[in-house]
Formats: sequence, structure tokens, C-alpha cells
Amino acid sequence: MDKSPNWRETFVTAIVKTCGYSAVVFVILIFFFLLRQGLPALFEVKLGDLFTTRWYPIENHFGILPLLTGSLVVTVGAMLIAIPFGIGTAVFLAEIAPRWMREILKPLVELLGGIPSVVLGFLGILLLSPFLRVFLNLPTGLTALAGALLLGAIAIPTTVSIAEDALDSVPQGYREGALALGATKWQTIWRVTLPAARSGVLTALMLGVGRTIGETMAVMMVTGNAPVMAIKLTSILSPVRTMTATIAAEMGEVANGSTHYHVLFLIGLILFLISLAVNITASSVIFKSRKRAERVLS
Amino acid sequence: MAAIKIIVQNLSLQYSDGTESLRDINLDIPANNITVLFGPAGGGKSSLLRCLNRLNDLTEVQTITGKILLDGENILDPKTDVIALRRRVGMVFARPVVLPMSIRQNLTYGLELAGEKHKSKLEEAVERSLKLAALWEEVKDRLEEAAVALSGGQQQRLCLARVLANQPEVILLDEPTSGLDPISTGKVEAALQELKKNYTIILVPHSVQQAARTADFAAFFLQGELVEAAEGKEIFTHPKEKRTEDYVEGRFG
Repeated sequence: MDKSPNWRETFVTAIVKTCGYSAVVFVILIFFFLLRQGLPALFEVKLGDLFTTRWYPIENHFGILPLLTGSLVVTVGAMLIAIPFGIGTAVFLAEIAPRWMREILKPLVELLGGIPSVVLGFLGILLLSPFLRVFLNLPTGLTALAGALLLGAIAIPTTVSIAEDALDSVPQGYREGALALGATKWQTIWRVTLPAARSGVLTALMLGVGRTIGETMAVMMVTGNAPVMAIKLTSILSPVRTMTATIAAEMGEVANGSTHYHVLFLIGLILFLISLAVNITASSVIFKSRKRAERVLS
Repeated sequence: MAAIKIIVQNLSLQYSDGTESLRDINLDIPANNITVLFGPAGGGKSSLLRCLNRLNDLTEVQTITGKILLDGENILDPKTDVIALRRRVGMVFARPVVLPMSIRQNLTYGLELAGEKHKSKLEEAVERSLKLAALWEEVKDRLEEAAVALSGGQQQRLCLARVLANQPEVILLDEPTSGLDPISTGKVEAALQELKKNYTIILVPHSVQQAARTADFAAFFLQGELVEAAEGKEIFTHPKEKRTEDYVEGRFG
């Protein structure tokens, strides 16, 4: 028997395996790099000082609470915008819009997702923030609200695209079954189609959250970057600074190996852990509901 | 001869992609009987069925002409309240479609949609409809479980029960036993014989044998045309048309 196909098998398997493992290896390496550069900060700055409200690195004030709350406010705001709009758009595309309209609208929404966030940030500075300043009569339009609106817009295409796919893959029989019972279109969507597509819709939302937490450029451009505590309700109308923006803005001019440098890496480490937590929550939720969905669809 | 429940007059139907259509169908469907629509695939049986509760509204229909009179009222009229119509004319599909809810919710859903709120009435409807569909004994202790956990045969009877809970006047069944084993099929057919006392039943069977077993009246469809309609005993023993005879005796189809 010719041995070469076997040899080829081994070769291809080795390549595929290398690709697969390297993804894991890279994540682990990145994690260790962050740990190595970030953990020293914990020894150089007292833990009590780290969790204060003053971020002023030049005078050795490394309180990261303003940055944490800044990220939180912008992300939560963005999700409040992206979730209803994203699901609404997906429902419209999958359930209500006629076929031809859907064929046009869906690629357009996906195209929106392909616009570089820097470009959106540009629009945010030139159009959105002046508008907010005048409309809400604020001292500056560069606020958490501007960031939330922009991030919401960035998260919507991802959410719409995946949620629409999930709705679309719900068997037509479900809709017919509900309609044949005398349900209206809206009752069918709300009680039957959306619950049946639940796991896909949740995935869509989680990926949307993922995008908003990690987004840097657009946020940096429109949130005003003032490291003040954002814990009041009115904080949404004042400038904030997010963790990502802090790293992007300060990493370029920090002395290699200094305390400031280490703290920035610590912030990166915190971001990493947050998105890890979001991902794990998402996949456990999805895993649970997928088993149910598989039973439904089998 | 029983009272006529539904009159189909000169019904023609063409889909936008031109696949399946109905050509000038005239058919009287008697109340409190099982009327069987049979014939080879693509003959227009399901299309007619889906016209009767306007589920065809979901499909892209190019032209539809003629009338369907339900108790003398033309249901193809654009002014018809489709939601109310579908409560009067229930439907069971070939593939059991249980909704992603518990067994109990599957049954009460239709009534809740219709605005029924009294718990006792809902409870009563659950028990009555499950008994009618010959499913009560099997599920009475597990009504809160997810309906998708039931077996295929149970799911189909649950679908039948769900339709019955709505207390419709007419029940449409589109090959309701095509995915079922012979025992489940027997249970569904027995339930239908019981049900016809109170309901008008229109059945698209999944085989000629089932058609012959269940039909009080039968209509033979071939390529969108109604070839022959007569009493069941008549059409399966002494068909008038050659084409019906060929099909019934298994020479094609």
C-alpha cells in the first residue's frame, strides 16, 4: 500500500493541531505577560490607595475607581440602547419585513458593523457631542452619554446580525402552530418565536456587551476623559474616563517599568478578567439553553 | 345527509412561484363527519386545508378566486377577522409543533390568547381536551414539564388537545399521523371517531388505507383538480372515475 496519503494525514493533522493549540497558548502567554507587568503595581501602590477616587499619576495618585465606574456607566448605557434597538431591529428583519426589504437591510446593518470605530468617533466629536451640548444645554457635549450612544451604535450591528440569524432559524412550524391557535403576529413573536430563539438571542447580546467593554477609540474621542467618579445619576451627563481610554491615552508616554506603567497593566489585567467573566457567564447561559434548544429542535 | 358546514365554490389558487395550485374546486363539507382529502403529493390537499383557516396568508399567493363559505360566510373576504376565524377552525400539522412551554401552558395558551382568565375554566379545559385526545392518563401527573420532552406520538396528541382546548367548530388535520407509529396512529384515529360527534373534521390522511379507514366523505385530488367527491364507502369501493380507481387500487401514486 502507498504510504504517502498516511504521511499527508499526519502532516495535515499536525498543522491543524498546531493552529488549535497556538490560540490557547497565545491567550495564556498574554495572560502571563499581563500578570508579570501588572502584578508589581500591587506591591508598589498600596491596595487602599488603588481603590481611591483620585487618578492623578503625575503626583502618584493611582485611584482606579473613577476609571472602573466610567467604564461601567458607558457600558451599561450602551447596553440599554443596544439591547432594545438590537432585538427590535432583529425582530423586524426576521419576522415583519418582507423578504426583499430584508435582503437589502440586513447587509446594510452588517456594513454598519464594518465601519471603523475611529470613523464613528469622528462623527461623535463633530456631530453628536455639539448636538448634545446644545440640546441638553451642557457645558460640554463630551460626556458619558455621548460615549454610550456611540457604543450602542457600535454594538447594534453585531447584536442584530446574530439575533436575526437565530430568529430566522426557528422552524416555520412554530409560527404556524401559534397563528393557527388564534395568536396575533405580535403574540406569536413574543411568546413563541423569541423564546424558541432564546439561546441565539442571548449570544447576540453577550457579543454586543463584549464589543462595548473592549471598545477604545470611539469612547476615548467622545467621553471627555475626565477621571471623575461616575456614581450619581447625573454622571451620565458629565465627562468620564474609561479603563480602555486610559490605557490608550497614557501608555505612549509612560516610563517603561515605572509604577504608572505597572498600574496601566493592572488595569489591562482587570479588563481581561472582566471580559473573561462576561464570556464565561455567556457560554454557561448559552450552554444551558442550547441543550434545551437542541431538544426542542430535534 | 348531514348539514353542510363548509361550501367551497369555484376556488382557484396560484402561488407566486407557480408550484402548486387549485383549479376551480367545488366541494361541500358536511358537519359532524370526517371528510378526507386524499390523492398524490402536490395535488392541492394541503393548499385547500390552509385556505380554510387562512394560514395561506403566510405564503405568497399570487391569485385566489372563488369563495369558501363557513356557515354561509365567505372567509376569503378581506374583511374577515382572521384571528377569530382561526379560533373557530383549528389545525393540526404533519410535524407535531409543540410550543416551547410546559404541557399545561401549551393547552391554555390558545384560551389565554382569547382572553380567558378564570383558572377553573382553564383547568377544566386542560383536562377535557387531554381526555378527548386520549392523552390524559399519560400526562396528568406531569403537566408542568416541558412539552418537548414528550414522545412524538404524545406531542401530536398534545397538538390535537391544544386545538380542542380552543373549542373550535372545525378541525383541520394535515397528515397528523405521518410521523407516528401504528399504535399512536390508532389512538389518534380512535380519538377522531369520537370527536366527529361534536366537530366537523377535515383530514388529509398519509395513506390511502388511512383514508379508507376513516372517511365518512372523501374527495380525491389530482394535480390541483378535484376529481371526485363522494361518500367514503362509495369512493373506495365503486369509484366513478377511472383516475380515482387507479389511485385507490394502487396503480399509481
